[in-house]
Amino acid sequence: MIALSDYLIVAAILFSISVAGIFLNRKNVLLLLMCVELMLLAVNINFIAFSHFLSDVNGQIFVFFILTVAAAEAAIGLAILVVLFRTRRTINVADLDALKG
Amino acid sequence: MQYDLISLQPVMPEIFMLGAACLVLVVDLFLTQRTRMWTYGLTLATLLGAIALTAWAAGPERQVLFDGSYVRDPVSDVLKIALLTITVFVMVYARDYLLQRGIYRGEFYTLALFASLGMMIMASAGNFLTVYLGLELLALSMYALVAFDRDSVKGSEAAMKYFVLGALASGLLLYGMSMLYGATGTLNLAAMSEVIAAGKAEETVLVFGLVFVVIGIAFKFGAVPFHMWVPDVYDGAPTAVTLFLGSAPKIAAFALAIRLLADGAGGLSAHWSDMLIILAVASLAIGNIVAIAQTNVKRMLAYSTISHVGFIFLGFVAADGRGYGAALFYTVVYALTAAGGFGLLTILSRKGVDAETLDDLKGLNDRSPWLAGMMLLILFSMAGVPPTVGFFAKLFVLDAVVQVDMVWLAIVAVFFSIIGAYYYLRAIKMMYFDKPIDDHPIVASVDSRVAMSVNGLAVLLLGIFPTALLQACRTAFGG
Repeated sequence: MIALSDYLIVAAILFSISVAGIFLNRKNVLLLLMCVELMLLAVNINFIAFSHFLSDVNGQIFVFFILTVAAAEAAIGLAILVVLFRTRRTINVADLDALKG
Repeated sequence: MQYDLISLQPVMPEIFMLGAACLVLVVDLFLTQRTRMWTYGLTLATLLGAIALTAWAAGPERQVLFDGSYVRDPVSDVLKIALLTITVFVMVYARDYLLQRGIYRGEFYTLALFASLGMMIMASAGNFLTVYLGLELLALSMYALVAFDRDSVKGSEAAMKYFVLGALASGLLLYGMSMLYGATGTLNLAAMSEVIAAGKAEETVLVFGLVFVVIGIAFKFGAVPFHMWVPDVYDGAPTAVTLFLGSAPKIAAFALAIRLLADGAGGLSAHWSDMLIILAVASLAIGNIVAIAQTNVKRMLAYSTISHVGFIFLGFVAADGRGYGAALFYTVVYALTAAGGFGLLTILSRKGVDAETLDDLKGLNDRSPWLAGMMLLILFSMAGVPPTVGFFAKLFVLDAVVQVDMVWLAIVAVFFSIIGAYYYLRAIKMMYFDKPIDDHPIVASVDSRVAMSVNGLAVLLLGIFPTALLQACRTAFGG
């Protein structure tokens, strides 16, 4: 039997990886988008684990909504990425430096 | 429950807004660039209709719909009317700017309507799911709006930064929500506050979740140290979008904070008020000091926003009806002045030239004494000079803080406000005592001039007669 704490630890590790990925990544904007998705998936694991161990279905319903919103979010993120590439010809994070002050 | 028309009365403003936004989306498809006035007109009619419906459904009692997902109470009434009114101003100011840039498209209005709908849903949220969906509807519309000027290099970069940090904030918020859900076993905010009050939930898990929720809220507000996106996004977005981004969503952020912290985690106020003190003091300090060094007006106003967020948090620190009422008053007033401030920048911009640097404000009095007078009132209000309403907003927040015996916090706030007064007064000095650099006549349509006048005079009149708005804000929290 896998305990609740095991699920929470996996989710916490995934969450930490994704946050670290957002802050450490200096190369590619696409990786940022992946980290964002990973973060939402970590949250989903949390919700499902709690939902199962609390015997409360609401947590799983929440996960369906998070998945749907994550899809919409990815669509907008990729659209912005396309715009960014069209205007700059690069998707390197380090090159995003037009705004300073 | 029964779903007849009367039992749906409280949720009518949102239903109307959703239907009308879809209608605008479809109608716009059949319009040419010359007949696009209809989109603009329909958008304004939608917003005004939603204000009327909100006022119609308003009342002193608390109504709960859809198994507690949706709540209509005096707080949500005040928030919705305020944010819709601000959005009306934004739409009026934005039109000229969009026309001159060649980005006068229907999408702007549809996205703005959906963003307003998201804000309204946040204002009426009764459980985590509604909070999250409202927040994302607002955020996704805003990401698209920031990237609205597709050929702008700055715009696309700002949109990317906003998107990544906004998604990060949503993720943190959700992680905190999942922890609170695990600790209390419910997504409903009212039920959650009962579980917390009964002491049935484990305190460690609650506080762990709460930290993430507070960070998420701080990100959305743009409080230090989670403020790094604010100046970049304000600067990079088209001014018409900055205008929207900088005004109405602050009211939505207030709704987010009040629903999650006061309604849901009210029993943990001892924990979150400590966190908010740190955020508030840091925001007041960094916001006011860094703003002095800015030469770009949009960046200066961005840092000014950050300092004002510090004041809003001070109202929350008091964690009682008086404090929340003061914070609500402050938020509404700030949104109104910010709309005016950015509105003036859109009026000063013309084809090919964005009014962005402080130099563009120079000699405004010679170019247009009336607009300079309105901007004077708005800047005075931001600085907190009586008799403008900004003074009273600051006064009520400080009063709430002093009432809970945190005099030192009030002194810190006043100290940094005085530092902040410097850069507002510098802008006023440039408007009145410097020679204009740009001699072009100011071209502004009649409606944006009228809106500017109403906006500026509202700042003055609300300052002279603050009672009505204050009463609305206080009674909303039973004070």
